[in-house]
Amino acid sequence: MADELVSVTIDGAAVSVPKGMTIIEAAKQAGILIPHYCYHPSLPSPAVCRMCLVEVEKAPKLMPACVTTVTDGQVVHVNSAVAKKAREGVLEFLLINHPLDCPICDQAGECELQDYVFQEGRAGTRYAEYAKRYNPVEEFGPDVLYVANRCILCTRCVRFMDDVAQTPVLNVSERGDRAFIGISPEQTLDHAWAGNVVDLCPVGSLISKDFLHKARAWDLDKAPSVCPGCTQGCNMSIETRDDVVVRLRPRPNLEVNRHFMCDYGRLDYRWMNRGDRIEAPLVRQAERHVAVDWDTALDTLGRLASGAGSVVILASGRASVESLGLVRRLAGAGPVTAAIRVPIGDEAPLAGIPDLALRKERVPNLHGAAMLGYGPEWGAALRAAAGAGLVILLDVALSEEEERTLAGAAGRIVVLGTAVSGIDRRADLVLPVTSMAEENGVYVNRDYRAQRYHQAKPAPGMARPAWWIAGEVLAGQGPDRDAPSTASEAFDLVAAAFDAFAGLRHADLGFSGRRVAAPAGASR
Amino acid sequence: MGYPHPSHPREQVLLSKYFGDSGARTYAGWVDRGGYQGLRKALGMSREALIEEVKASGLRGRGGAGFPTGLKWSFMPKDDGKPHYLVCNADESEPGTFKDREIMRWTPHALIEGCALAAYAIAAERCYIYIRGEFTEPWSVMTEAVREAYANGVLGRNALGSGHRIDITLHRGAGAYICGEETAMMNSIEGKRGNPRIKPPFPAVAGLFGMPTTINNVETLAATPHIVLQGAAFYKSLCLGNPKSTGTKLISVCGHVQRPGNYEITMGTPMRELIYDMCGGMRPGRTLKAVIPGGSSVPIMTADEAETCITDYEGVIEKGSMLGSGGMIVMDDSADMVYQVWRLARFYAHESCAQCTQCREGTAWTTRILERILAGKGKEADFQLLLDLSEQMTGKTICVLSDSCAAPIVSGIQKFRGEFEAYMSGARRPALASAL
Repeated sequence: MADELVSVTIDGAAVSVPKGMTIIEAAKQAGILIPHYCYHPSLPSPAVCRMCLVEVEKAPKLMPACVTTVTDGQVVHVNSAVAKKAREGVLEFLLINHPLDCPICDQAGECELQDYVFQEGRAGTRYAEYAKRYNPVEEFGPDVLYVANRCILCTRCVRFMDDVAQTPVLNVSERGDRAFIGISPEQTLDHAWAGNVVDLCPVGSLISKDFLHKARAWDLDKAPSVCPGCTQGCNMSIETRDDVVVRLRPRPNLEVNRHFMCDYGRLDYRWMNRGDRIEAPLVRQAERHVAVDWDTALDTLGRLASGAGSVVILASGRASVESLGLVRRLAGAGPVTAAIRVPIGDEAPLAGIPDLALRKERVPNLHGAAMLGYGPEWGAALRAAAGAGLVILLDVALSEEEERTLAGAAGRIVVLGTAVSGIDRRADLVLPVTSMAEENGVYVNRDYRAQRYHQAKPAPGMARPAWWIAGEVLAGQGPDRDAPSTASEAFDLVAAAFDAFAGLRHADLGFSGRRVAAPAGASR
Repeated sequence: MGYPHPSHPREQVLLSKYFGDSGARTYAGWVDRGGYQGLRKALGMSREALIEEVKASGLRGRGGAGFPTGLKWSFMPKDDGKPHYLVCNADESEPGTFKDREIMRWTPHALIEGCALAAYAIAAERCYIYIRGEFTEPWSVMTEAVREAYANGVLGRNALGSGHRIDITLHRGAGAYICGEETAMMNSIEGKRGNPRIKPPFPAVAGLFGMPTTINNVETLAATPHIVLQGAAFYKSLCLGNPKSTGTKLISVCGHVQRPGNYEITMGTPMRELIYDMCGGMRPGRTLKAVIPGGSSVPIMTADEAETCITDYEGVIEKGSMLGSGGMIVMDDSADMVYQVWRLARFYAHESCAQCTQCREGTAWTTRILERILAGKGKEADFQLLLDLSEQMTGKTICVLSDSCAAPIVSGIQKFRGEFEAYMSGARRPALASAL
């Protein structure tokens, strides 16, 4: 049944929105952002900051837009003189005890207090004679610091821990202007999703130790991406400064992770900055590897791949649908065993959001790989590799024992790798590939939602996406060759070859992905 | 009666008849004095008829807002299958008010009777009486009275043999002023921090524990048995002023009068009569300067306004203030109005729950400005600043605590500006050591 619609006019813009919607949400539909602090779409609204007070015709006083629902024919003024004066008053009150230490504050540049004061605050202070409230910085948890002096007591952090994490360790302590955010005695903010309080904080009061003083917000470049930490597929931004990844932050996707991301995923980015990378194709000549150009490397790969007999592909679960698909095609029509390695960890759900957890399977593309014929039977695949004609290693980290097993394998070994590893010595061909931060691609999460991720930093040296390498070889020689030059074209080739992706294109996926049909008999 | 003084002939003693009579504290003593007749009669009536009777009496909330009691009861949903709750607001934390304390100290059964009657009217099986934390004697008296009421079958599974279950739970506050605000009180009873809630939803829809709830003041509830027993018409006839204000009102008079105390007046009694006749007027050689008529949260009245004021809801509003809780603070010409305003602002700054920005920061800031003025460091621009801040603190927050802080500041500046100027110009010696 369709929702009943009501018509409201907000600053002259008429919109029809579902009955029961709040004014602040309706204003978004009209393209109007009502300034706010305590309101957050993924948290209950307490209406305490009083920043979103708007003028509603026929109402006796200003109404908080975050909890006042729309009614048919309602006329709302967000930028009337009365509403603006009220906001100016709130900003003045918030600033009297705010330290204005923006030059050393991590939040500067992405601070909602800074933004709104700049937009509509008073130019000067009338609180000149008094000292500001002072409280020392407190350590709330492994990665969270509380700078009490900057706090505007919007209570988003308290509500996140109470209502979303459902681990109520934060509270408002004291009363009046002595109030501050307190942490329960003997408790620490070490919840698996605690880092979200840093994102939720509209000012620089809750800050990440990991990011502390690393970069100014305006120096960051941001690329929309998908967390490679587990099968949940939380949407995120990779934020880089001078091509170094300095921070991962959640990117809203109401269907997958709302506005949140777990600490495991958030803090697992250092591998994206590794310096010990393979930077050129290496061909084995007698006992040495020789750096060659791509033409030579691709020719070598083509020779090795044709007539190899049985092929085993051992791949990383972080590899994209494009790479997994085209490498699988490269292995040809003969007997192929393909597997991805799936590290297992503890599951950590976010209690207040249905179907959101750090999942046990710590790879992002387990389901996409399965749709392309890659199984999780790693041990069996490894045993098969010992007797295979060709083993293709796609960016997998092997244990020393696994390296010893493979070193004694009968057939040829091709490594498509990012970081240098021990097995490279035994390989006939070592080709540098990009990591997920350096390429575009698609992952399929546990709900069979295909989601795109985008390149956040340049690839080192001569590294190329694995789909490009496979695609070049598959295209063969001659004037009619059709090798993919973008991830989108590579995806089209995969869609043409694998029924599970038939008809799907990058353009269909947008920024929040699209669910694809689960294979028959598939389970999560 | 003008407890602790003898009753004045112009008083209309209904609730205060047994103030000072320790015999009325016990169950037996209360029954001897005609107690529990009103409840018995009420339990024999239908709920609708009972609510109609209270509506017809014109009884309005005595806690401060003056909302018609019968109307409030009628907002409770009928036959909704949910538990209903009655909460009796005995937090009485409004500075200058001490009437509920005396009702509980001397006539605890009057309150129990009123609670049981109201609980029946709104189909509640449980009533919470939220007693102010500092009220140690009323607490022990009420505890004993509730025990006796259970022992004598007034409360429990079968209240007075009516077949209705009525339970009373006493809940003791911990000293927060804001817990006298009805939604903060519900949070406090639920074991949460005493922060006012946003309305809507109103308590009659989702109140205590999310269930339909009615909150009434002690004095309001204690008046209901009289209405039932003597009839709505009788109660409505107790009116000397505006017909919308009926019955009796306990006025807690404190400050510079000869006989401070609780006076039970008929609604509409001239304030002049209350101050000069009942309370014995000013101290010798002193003249009336100002009156805060309804507890500290209402605008200050000048002597002229007070002397021509009719003491009922409408009469006080006509003079620019509010009857509020009936805590009347009387000040003679020895009072330093700047100091008084500062003292009130400091109270609100201390008691702000810290939810709303305007209240949390505004109450503290205005207090600091007043402190500076008292220290002799005020300046002309402070008037505009105080009035600006007061405007920002009025009508913009979840509850009215910040409005209450602003009201005496605005009226103090409007009506006693000269006293502020005397501190600013140095004509008056600083009353506080410099805070700077």
